[in-house]
Amino acid sequence: MTSAGIASTRSMNPIGWLGLPMLACVLATVLLATPIRIFNVSLPQPIFPLAIAFAWALIRPSILPPFALLLMGVFLDVFWGGPQGVWPLCLLTSYAAVLMVRRLIIGQDFIVVWAWYAAATLLALAVAYGVMTLMTGAPPDLIAVGWMYALPTLLLFPFARRLAERYEDADVRFR
Amino acid sequence: MSLRDGPFGDIRVPLTWSAGAALVIAVIIASAILLSHPRDQVKAGAYDAARHAVDAVAGPVGGVLAAPVRWTHGGLDSVRGYFFAVSENRRLKAELVKAQATRDALAASEVENERLRAVLGIRTDPPLPHVAAETIADSRGPFANTRLADAGQDKGVTEGNPVLSEHGLVGRVVGVSAHVSRILLLTDAESRTPVILVRTNGRAILSGDGGGSPKLDFVRSSLALKEGDRVLTSGDGGVFPRGLPVGTVVRGFDGGWRVALDSDAAPIDYVQILLFTDFAQIANEQALAPKELPTAMTEEPSPSIVGPTGGAIPPKPGAVRPAVAKPAVVKPPASPRVAAKADAKKPEAKKPDAAKTDAVKKPKPATASAPKKPSTSAAPDIPL
Repeated sequence: MTSAGIASTRSMNPIGWLGLPMLACVLATVLLATPIRIFNVSLPQPIFPLAIAFAWALIRPSILPPFALLLMGVFLDVFWGGPQGVWPLCLLTSYAAVLMVRRLIIGQDFIVVWAWYAAATLLALAVAYGVMTLMTGAPPDLIAVGWMYALPTLLLFPFARRLAERYEDADVRFR
Repeated sequence: MSLRDGPFGDIRVPLTWSAGAALVIAVIIASAILLSHPRDQVKAGAYDAARHAVDAVAGPVGGVLAAPVRWTHGGLDSVRGYFFAVSENRRLKAELVKAQATRDALAASEVENERLRAVLGIRTDPPLPHVAAETIADSRGPFANTRLADAGQDKGVTEGNPVLSEHGLVGRVVGVSAHVSRILLLTDAESRTPVILVRTNGRAILSGDGGGSPKLDFVRSSLALKEGDRVLTSGDGGVFPRGLPVGTVVRGFDGGWRVALDSDAAPIDYVQILLFTDFAQIANEQALAPKELPTAMTEEPSPSIVGPTGGAIPPKPGAVRPAVAKPAVVKPPASPRVAAKADAKKPEAKKPDAAKTDAVKKPKPATASAPKKPSTSAAPDIPL
């Protein structure tokens, strides 16, 4: 790639690829915590940070995302009021899994990448489910996990994809 | 600024390895956080400072975000009320007819309850103080089912206080900040609530699992359950007062017994927080701790029993045998509330405080109030 080509790509400003998505996730989480019921059905509660964990692992390996995800997980624990430590572990599991196979994912078709995203999301939720079962002594309701967490989080894939595409050419060493 | 434009751009740091190391450190920190989580989150004092701080910030933010939702709901209700006033009126009239019949039955039950209470000597609980609050944020996921309410220490709310909506029990307070409190819902995976089945008087534990209808665990007999059975709090354990409405027994998808919560009938936007901490609050502690114990009332034994040597004499042939003590037969009370109260009179169901109350308040033997009748035997009367 020429120097002109590199210059045309988006620069890796940490605020741009880490800070703003984090802020957006926090705002979206707080917004969806509003007690709304439509036709007597509560709104789903997607795990927004799982989408950016997937995108960050695809963009490039870095020191900052694991700690950013740790922070996001602690925020979810505290804000949602669950047992502490569940969400940091869940987010880091997804990030680690995608980081290990990122070379297989980059450059694939939309559907293939979505399948990888679904696998990472389900793996992360499986870890959280196991931890919750151990902590509470009883398995949480699987239907509720699927309906409230898994399905809406899978629908967030276009946002993850867009974030990854926006920055994936920023550091050509990891293409 | 691009990474390669910086002063370290030319240094070929193995970024993948350093990212991996950062990941390992982050996982270790996350695991440490997980292991440091108190096993009993709902225990008083387990709510840490970070949660207090986040709740204190999230409360006002949630209040601002929830306000437009309430306005929208209010507006929609007004429009719906305008366009559906006739059908609503018809429905309300039908409900009124039913309610009048229920009112008459209730009045009769109240009279009967009063009479039974007087007969059984049951002391009713005094009304508990409560505060009203608005829910401003909630987490609905299966791993955490909590809500934030806009009443905190400023209104006297403490950890452990039960929370009700206009339909039934919602949960209990697990964290209190200055102006906000966090409610652990009955559906949360960490929620365990002792309940009683009204029809059978059987006990069970209501266990949340993140789904909409919590499970009934530790039911003494599954035959004792039927769909539609009413479920109330049992008061066991002292977390909740007895008799708060919880829901109705239903069959779950998994074939197990679950409870359709009463509070699920409508959005939980306004709640009532009972300022109840334990049963010692209901009991009058001064009455429980008298300065002097009542004097023991004993009767002089009859010489025919004690005998000249002070020992027991074998009964003579043909003498009337002393009466044998029978368990008192109590007619089942008419209302579930009274049934639950009557059950509290049983020694095994008593809390220590309640037992102490009875011991102190009713020192006189039952024979004292029984009408005296001439005894046909030499033995003293044994109350039936």
